[in-house]
Amino acid sequence: MAPLASACLLTQQQLVDAFFMEHRAQILDLAAYLDRLDRSADRSGEDDFRLVALRRAMQVLCSEEPGRVERILMILSDPVVEPMDSRDRQNAFGAFGGSPREAQS
Amino acid sequence: MKYIDTHAHMTSRTTDDYQQMALTGCLALADPAFWAGYDHVSAAVFADYFERLTDFEPKRAARYGIAYYTWLCLNPKEAEDRTLAAQVLPMIPAYLDRPNVLGIGEIGLNRVTRNELATFSEQVDLAIRYGQMILVHTPHLEDKYKGTRLILDALAADGRANPGRVMIDHVEEHTIGPVLNAGYWAGITLYPMTKTSHARAVDMIEIYGTERICVSGACDWGPSDPIAIPKFALEMRRRGHAEEVIEQVVYRNPIEFLGQCSKFQVPGARIGAGVA
Repeated sequence: MAPLASACLLTQQQLVDAFFMEHRAQILDLAAYLDRLDRSADRSGEDDFRLVALRRAMQVLCSEEPGRVERILMILSDPVVEPMDSRDRQNAFGAFGGSPREAQS
Repeated sequence: MKYIDTHAHMTSRTTDDYQQMALTGCLALADPAFWAGYDHVSAAVFADYFERLTDFEPKRAARYGIAYYTWLCLNPKEAEDRTLAAQVLPMIPAYLDRPNVLGIGEIGLNRVTRNELATFSEQVDLAIRYGQMILVHTPHLEDKYKGTRLILDALAADGRANPGRVMIDHVEEHTIGPVLNAGYWAGITLYPMTKTSHARAVDMIEIYGTERICVSGACDWGPSDPIAIPKFALEMRRRGHAEEVIEQVVYRNPIEFLGQCSKFQVPGARIGAGVA
């Protein structure tokens, strides 16, 4: 079978009509998460590397350039392409820069 | 709709899941050797595990009309333990002739260490020496990019594996290009929290085409879905794709890749002579 064209088959209007509601829900969930962080009992996670990465990723969301998913994945990735000398823990954190405490994934 | 799940850890699932998969059109699946969720304390348990993968589990699947295949290895989650690797790897050849064993997998990297790379290279060597196909696990989350690059580098440096007989699994948007460009099969994993959502999987199909790409659910003991593939097919329909294209991705492509192992058979399919 021949490769597909890289374009989405649906028109932009069809994409809006069919998928707007689920993405509306997702962005409200993200907004509520940020509000929840602001309402938390203290600000102890303000500089957590995961939140720092999340804030950088949100800037990419506002970009007009395509390739947003790949750019966000790279923001979340360990950029050092070298093996570690030994395993520090079993699980990844979801963003690069974690200290060796319990992972969430 | 008929489909084949190229990656499903059914030893971690219930019989009800086999029923759900059968009801939604699953005809065959492949269960790569997995991690138990904790590091094993002894190599001896692997004999028990390999027996389960090659004897008990195929019988459990057959009750629902599903052809069950497996890949054998020491999973990357335990590849850091070089002593364990030295004990487990010599056990594997005794099982390679079993009728449902497709090859060596899922080998690869987890936290991307020197020991994991050494174990990976040894398992690639094992596959080559015994003429086996290879299924490669790429690391999770922030480790995926560097892990995938080091895996591709290691395979290129070894140079013996035919890329067409190797699937690099769990690709995402930042790794699928290099995998396909190097001639390997790419596996997209429908595991929304830590890998790929159905919508993103369809995006990658639209961008890269249907050639040398398979999708799987990779259901296991974590938050995952044994019927992820029919939900992916539904997403493709919502996005305007023809049934022929959907069937290419979820049925014909798995047959093309897995059918390179002469033991792989699917009820009703003519392997190697065009897919019925």
